[in-house]
Amino acid sequence: MSKENNTNVQAAELEHESLSDSVRALSPTRLVVKRFFRSRLSMVGLIIIIFLFLFSFVGPLLIPYRETQVFTIPTEVKVSTAESFTGADGKKYQYYDVSTGIDNYKSAPSKDHWLGTDTNGMDVFVRLMYGGRISLSISFLVIFLETILGVIFGGISGFFGGKIDMLIMRIVDILNCIPTLPVLIVLSSVLNAMPVSVMPVGHRIYYLMGFLTLIGWSGTARMVRGQILSLREQEYMVAAEATGISSKAKIFRHLIPNVMPQLIVQMTLGLGGVILYEATLSYLGLGVQIPKAAWGTMISLADPSKGQSILQYYPNLWIPPGILIVLAVLGFNFVGDGLRDAIDPKMKR
Amino acid sequence: MMPADYIDQHTSAQVAQGQLTKEDVKRMKELYGIGDSSFSGIMKSYGQWLSKAVRGDFGVSFVYGRPVQEVIQKYMWISFTISLIALILNILISIPLGIVAATKQYGVVDYTVTILAMTGISLPSFFFGALLLRVFSIQLGWFPLQGLSDATKILTGPEQVLDVIHHMVLPMVTLVVLSIGGLMRYTRTNMLEVLNSDYIRTARAKGLSEKTVIYKHAFRNTLIPIVTMLGGSIPGLFGGAMITETVFAIPGIGSTSYKAILQGDIPFVMGYMMFLAVLTVLGTILADISYAIVDPRVKLQ
Repeated sequence: MSKENNTNVQAAELEHESLSDSVRALSPTRLVVKRFFRSRLSMVGLIIIIFLFLFSFVGPLLIPYRETQVFTIPTEVKVSTAESFTGADGKKYQYYDVSTGIDNYKSAPSKDHWLGTDTNGMDVFVRLMYGGRISLSISFLVIFLETILGVIFGGISGFFGGKIDMLIMRIVDILNCIPTLPVLIVLSSVLNAMPVSVMPVGHRIYYLMGFLTLIGWSGTARMVRGQILSLREQEYMVAAEATGISSKAKIFRHLIPNVMPQLIVQMTLGLGGVILYEATLSYLGLGVQIPKAAWGTMISLADPSKGQSILQYYPNLWIPPGILIVLAVLGFNFVGDGLRDAIDPKMKR
Repeated sequence: MMPADYIDQHTSAQVAQGQLTKEDVKRMKELYGIGDSSFSGIMKSYGQWLSKAVRGDFGVSFVYGRPVQEVIQKYMWISFTISLIALILNILISIPLGIVAATKQYGVVDYTVTILAMTGISLPSFFFGALLLRVFSIQLGWFPLQGLSDATKILTGPEQVLDVIHHMVLPMVTLVVLSIGGLMRYTRTNMLEVLNSDYIRTARAKGLSEKTVIYKHAFRNTLIPIVTMLGGSIPGLFGGAMITETVFAIPGIGSTSYKAILQGDIPFVMGYMMFLAVLTVLGTILADISYAIVDPRVKLQ
């Protein structure tokens, strides 16, 4: 009897325990992580980004070719020539001749070179990896610096208000009016004209991206300012004020952590934009220069104004980098969207 | 001022051949107002430009030899026409898609539309343009490769119009596909917000059909932010699409200004930048005004 009672108690306790287990409160961070991983699209995005990182940072270690290694692979190509002559009857004749020539470059995809070689005889597949390195590292750098600038200026503006706020917000307004792409192109032609001793060709893209940072922080600053303005009205901030803590503690202990979620979302969504800017500049021939590889530069081979032959006959040279750009931007957008949905508690599933 | 110097570019060959002396070049530079390349000289030129620009004189384009405003006006309309048609198509496609996606949230339709829209946003215009050209004009031969008119024939009247439209199809498709994503997602987010609000619950509680609820009650309220956004985007249509126009070799304001930047046509570039900045400001003002017009709850002070 007593034994039975005992087991009953035990069972009740167990049940109680399992109940408390199942309703155990999750910390907000865990909730966000859980919501994030439940969304399919954000998982897809995460996988794409991890794949791209492995591809461009680990990939080159596994392949013996170097970025600028030239492979001369003779391939037979049809060379058509046309000649005209004036015949005995006084008419003009034209004859066409198709012969086979040897082209050492632009070899077709093969077992050694999965995507063939480009117009300079460099391996396309390996250059895709190095292009990814440039794109990913530059975009992270730009977004990181932009966010720091944005948080500093937006924070000052929202926290102190008054004349400083006025001044910073007018600067932000002016920056918003600057057409980014045209200004970047102008700047790159300025850099173009500088002597190589002052401005090494390989460094140009970093200066351009630095400039992109300088005019790109306005969005972040505006967001941070708005957040801080609304946070200041919250009860817990009033309570923090009442305890008499220093403004430094207020900023770093209370305001920044609360702005952080939105900041991370904005950073993720911004990454795709920077990748597109970098690719566009490289496509126009103003960004990363050959022999350095960049996705945009690789696509520019297909520019119809430079002749159609690559656009028509060598899709292996320009379609893969395009797909990678799309994947990268898409991945960051998916992850950013997923994060936003996960962080925003109003969006219930 | 840009060091990619217009005069240097055009005279370097003659200088090298000895047809022009250094002094000639210098005199020409002075004539164009870019002779003094010291810091104070550059600042002075900026000051001169500003004082003239305030009075509405943006100088004379180096390349075209005509006032900058005239050049901008000439090329602006081509860009505007293409962008306007693209915008209308964009509205017709993306708003219904956004509404459908919102009403079937997390359904198959929603996922498909979202993925397609996101892909559209992520496509670089030059890559998508090249793909379209590769498939539709080289392989299938349906559309011409470049430009805005057929150079091999002289066409007049309706035939000419048809020819131009034929040339415009691919660039327009590019613009539409690239911009559908933004508007569609905007519609979807706003629609979702509206669908969660109290008056929609009231409408459903009254026993109205789902159609009436969505298209009469929800849609109208979704329109508020959309109209605001579209109102703000109208001035931007004049600015042109630099990359798309360059890829398809359309003589619009975008590709013209790109060429001008490369050629060092300083007055034109300065004028174009100013033009874009003014358009941005106008867009913001229009957005604010249209917000007040569409939403009676908002009053302009």
